[in-house]
Amino acid sequence: MKPCSFDYVRADRVQDIFEAFEHYGQEARILAGGQSLMAMINYRLARPKALIDISRCAELDYVQVRDGRLVVGAAVTQAKVQQREALAREVPLLQLAFPYISHFQIRSRGTVCGSIAHADPSAELPLCLTALRGEVVLRSKSGRRTLAADEFFTGMLMTAIEEGEFIEEVRFPLAVDGCRYRFDEVAMRRGDFAIVSLAVVASASEIALTIGGVADRPVTRRWPRSADLPAVLAAFAWDLQAQSDPHVSASYRRHLVRSLGQRLITEVLDETVS
Amino acid sequence: MSSELVNETGPHVGRRAARIEDAALLTGRGHYADDVGVKPGTLQAAILRAPYAHAEIVSVDTSAAERQPGVRAVLTGADVRQWAAPFPVGVQQPMEHWCIAIDKVRYVGEPVAVVIAEDRYLAEDALDFVNVEYRQLPAAVDPEAAAGAQAPVLHAAVGSNVVSDRHFSYGDPDSAFEAAERRVALTIHYPRNSTTPIEGFVVVAEYLAGGEGYDVLSNFQGPFAIHTVVSRALKVGSSRLRLRFVKDSGGSFGVKQAVSTYVALLCLAARKAGAPVKWVEDRYEHLMASAAAPNRITTIEAAVHADGTLAALRYDQMDDCGAYLRAPEPATLYRMHGILTGAYKVRNLSVRNRVVLTNKTPSALVRGFGGPQMYFALERLMQRIAVELDLDPLDVIRRNLIPPDAFPYRAPAGALIGSGNYQESLALAISRGKLDELLQRRQAARAEGRLYGIGYAAIVEPSISNMGYITTVMSAEARAKAGPKNGAIASATVSVDPLGCVTVIIDSVPGGQGHRTATAQVVADVLGLAPDDIIVNTELDTQKDAWSIAAGNYSSRFAGAVAGSAHLAALRIREKMARIAADTLRVSPDSIQFADGKLHSCEAPDRALRFHRVAGLTHWSPGSLPDGMQPGLRETVFWSPPHADAPDEKDVINSSAAYGFIFDICAVEVDRATGQVRIDRYVTSHDAGRLLNPALAEGQIRGGFAQGLGAALLEEYRYGADGSFLSGTLADYLMPTACEVPEPIIVHLETPSPFTPLGAKGIGEGNNMSTPVCIANAVADALGVADVRLPLTPSRVHALLAGPDPEPESDPARVQTPVVQAPSPAPGGGRASAGGDSLHMAGTVQLAAAPEEVYAVLMDPDALASVIPGCHALERVDEQTYRAEVTIGIGVVKARYQAQVTLSDLDPPHGLSLGGQGMSALGSAQGSGRVRLEPQDGGTRLSYDYDVAVSGKVAAVGSRMLEGAAKIILRQLFERLGRKASGETVVARVSWWRRVLAFLGIGR
Repeated sequence: MKPCSFDYVRADRVQDIFEAFEHYGQEARILAGGQSLMAMINYRLARPKALIDISRCAELDYVQVRDGRLVVGAAVTQAKVQQREALAREVPLLQLAFPYISHFQIRSRGTVCGSIAHADPSAELPLCLTALRGEVVLRSKSGRRTLAADEFFTGMLMTAIEEGEFIEEVRFPLAVDGCRYRFDEVAMRRGDFAIVSLAVVASASEIALTIGGVADRPVTRRWPRSADLPAVLAAFAWDLQAQSDPHVSASYRRHLVRSLGQRLITEVLDETVS
Repeated sequence: MSSELVNETGPHVGRRAARIEDAALLTGRGHYADDVGVKPGTLQAAILRAPYAHAEIVSVDTSAAERQPGVRAVLTGADVRQWAAPFPVGVQQPMEHWCIAIDKVRYVGEPVAVVIAEDRYLAEDALDFVNVEYRQLPAAVDPEAAAGAQAPVLHAAVGSNVVSDRHFSYGDPDSAFEAAERRVALTIHYPRNSTTPIEGFVVVAEYLAGGEGYDVLSNFQGPFAIHTVVSRALKVGSSRLRLRFVKDSGGSFGVKQAVSTYVALLCLAARKAGAPVKWVEDRYEHLMASAAAPNRITTIEAAVHADGTLAALRYDQMDDCGAYLRAPEPATLYRMHGILTGAYKVRNLSVRNRVVLTNKTPSALVRGFGGPQMYFALERLMQRIAVELDLDPLDVIRRNLIPPDAFPYRAPAGALIGSGNYQESLALAISRGKLDELLQRRQAARAEGRLYGIGYAAIVEPSISNMGYITTVMSAEARAKAGPKNGAIASATVSVDPLGCVTVIIDSVPGGQGHRTATAQVVADVLGLAPDDIIVNTELDTQKDAWSIAAGNYSSRFAGAVAGSAHLAALRIREKMARIAADTLRVSPDSIQFADGKLHSCEAPDRALRFHRVAGLTHWSPGSLPDGMQPGLRETVFWSPPHADAPDEKDVINSSAAYGFIFDICAVEVDRATGQVRIDRYVTSHDAGRLLNPALAEGQIRGGFAQGLGAALLEEYRYGADGSFLSGTLADYLMPTACEVPEPIIVHLETPSPFTPLGAKGIGEGNNMSTPVCIANAVADALGVADVRLPLTPSRVHALLAGPDPEPESDPARVQTPVVQAPSPAPGGGRASAGGDSLHMAGTVQLAAAPEEVYAVLMDPDALASVIPGCHALERVDEQTYRAEVTIGIGVVKARYQAQVTLSDLDPPHGLSLGGQGMSALGSAQGSGRVRLEPQDGGTRLSYDYDVAVSGKVAAVGSRMLEGAAKIILRQLFERLGRKASGETVVARVSWWRRVLAFLGIGR
């Protein structure tokens, strides 16, 4: 389990990234925390010619509140965001979801943007970004483009990143007054890939439920608070086209969407009524 | 509660002494096999492994690999055939197991070639350049099917995959079944799993000059009978196979017995390279191809009286030992043979044992070794008897337990149980574990509609295997011909040097249990010293130290056999020193006491001799020794337990020297919403005889419990229907972590064994045997179901809860915003199957071109090349076959396949069969199926129905993603087809993907 040989480029400046892209073209990969990428490289599932390490790029190491959003730069670890004192107030959904992201050792190295770029359908951060209708900023030598989360995730491990682009930052909208946020997840063990993960955003008028781990990317559905919950959940569960794997049947995934969705949303509705 | 000790008690044995081992381990100064230095010039090996479960090897071409940078040699089957022999096998069958595949590969991961290079990176790089041509064969995967007449046969000369089939009868089971008031039967499927060490296999091998044979450093764990197996495979005398060991181990758990296969392989690699060669197994290799416990199918039946008393038991057991019978297999099936009646006094027993081979990794020793499988059947049966007879399961157990006055008790199949008080163990567990509280909780939970259950397991834990038990697989006649095999020899050496310092050498090659600590306690007590005064060395060297065939770290033999041998060797030292002291003090040797580093006599209380002075005399002044006494102070004891006889002509076998007892209680709550099992309380009551160090004993209990819990809830090596291996990472083979393992309540009772020197029985494997079935019984009680299969994953528990999976409503207008639309597997039909079978994909795509145009693309090689995703080159082989080079990429994962594309069953323009198969460094992939084209809305409705099979690394490490990946590739293929047919240019760029999604209605 040793990787193929590759060039290592440490990008201390964004300019270094562009130069490396120019030199290596499609064969280069961005390395941030390396928590998914290095395992795949060691298994030789991925054989990039070069890794561009952005973990020490100061220009990408920022977390700030800007225009009603929590903005996280590409070099920022998950631990750094999780440890933000105001996180529960700023983006409560993230605060609820972080403890489910693997284990603290991995959050200490793994980056927020790295998880978004990897686009694992079971990962918590893509789920949160989708649930909150956040944005991804892609930067290339010719400029920037900003994509909504659901434009960015295009399938299992697939994103809208094109050649010559990297994620510069992701933006999570701040909590809205009167909105409630809930998160739940079932995994085989603590910290494992989600079998099903759920994020609920409840406003005064509607419920939005986002499901991870079932379809090939996080998927949101919205309905009025008065909707017939079991019926809506049953339909949603089917529409996600759950897949089976050696541990989990599709039918179990549908069941979790219904049963945990019911539990989580009933909780929110009860709470706002009382 | 009895705690009477067989031998006099000292100040150290029985105490919770801190581990001597830990100072080095906790400060990062352990000596593991991979850490110790190697000779300059030592090369590194990487092993090329079979991507197929069953295939003929047509050719192996190493020339390109040999030209790669840093490569020094490549070992193949041809070399091995020249220098070595197959391993001796435990049953008389014409089948050969070599340390490398010779003519066929029979499991995914079987070694096919070894690249020896200057470093491991270069060696792995060169693996891609070893060209092996395979002819794939159908695989035998399911053991029941493999045992049938229609199954593909692994070893042609045997003619069947069933390589052993034996029947046994003890007492009069047939009459008992005929006369039975009730019969209760159950079929169980015990999964293939393992007990996984943190440290993988390590071998450093050298081929010595001058015909001196092989020198090997490894983390092999015994039994040392395997040393003879490896010497014979290497065609050298056993003194020419020197095995050396290191101080520390990252766990062995039985699995490290299987290092032996690689010892032979690496010896030959070193011979080929003409230099020492080191190989360190990585995690992927370990999970795929090291060893596993055989999965077992058992039909067990009891003849019972109405009160639940057993009249007879009948076992029909079938072990799936994988592709080869690797010594000491099929020992897993026979280790428990003498004790198949468990803790119960039933006298009538019938047994059928079959060994079947399948295209899986060869099975091997795994902690618990036969016990988990056997007790899963027996203790599930006891629970079923209670349910079917409407009795309290605890009463059924109590009514059948061997009574306390029956010891020593000879079980019908031969186990001679020296001591025990099972009723007392039950009482302790029930009172300390507060069973009444759990029963109340269950009542309260059920009243609220929650799922709460309580399970029990009463098991006898054998230890110190009698080497003769393995021969029970042979008929009495075959045994007579082969010569007797029995005993369980342990050895220990105690020496005292010129300054009176004590060194002990033992033969247990520990896996981290703390053998050095316990041995120091034992020897210190005999010699009146402190444990700190004793150095215990476990770094065995087969050319220098005492060992015999039973040496090693297995069958929980340390406390009873090895520590006992150290005790006996220390007694000999004491005897000699007492004679010297008696001579000096002019008192009788019997009056000499050893305490506080001094020797004194009750006959001369005012005079004492210091320990080191007495010992020193044997070195500094042999002339002063009593007449006739030899100089020096070093004693080696070989000990074998009493009653460890060979099986008799009626196959009665005392399969172990000592038998402990465990009674476990488990209470669980199952979450109805998620199917997750939460352990509310786990109580485990042990009688391991005399405890040498309760802290070490409890370490064994906690570790065994964690592994037992893993087996119950998480762990299984999974295989696809084609034999592809699906558990190649620790995200696929799930071991429990600290978060999943609750703290058990541990209770001890000590009834010393009359058959071991210190009265100790083994305690190393009991919870591996009791915990899986105890948890299963609790879950069965919670759910009220009979067929409980491990591991009880949430998904599987949910299936047992059997909630409805409501069909989707037919009216698509029921939702505000449809999320995902075609192409998709049709709901309800044609969905991908779960659990490791080949993937079945079906769906439809709407294409803009007419069926004739679509069909034309498929018939035109150039057009076809532009349609197949990632196709670099397409070359026509014949009318319906193309050779292609295809790069398939999903996210960061990329693989370049040498592929063949086949068109058949042509039915222009309505449909055809379109298949592809390919091979890459990541393994093989194939898809075949029917494509139908129907005109619709001016275009074509393309429907597909595909079976996809993936083997090798992609299957092993990516099973979670396989279905998603297959879906992506099929979508890409058919969408490109549609656009090509309608005259668009197909350009493979990532941005194109978004257009596809928009087209498919997915991208929003």
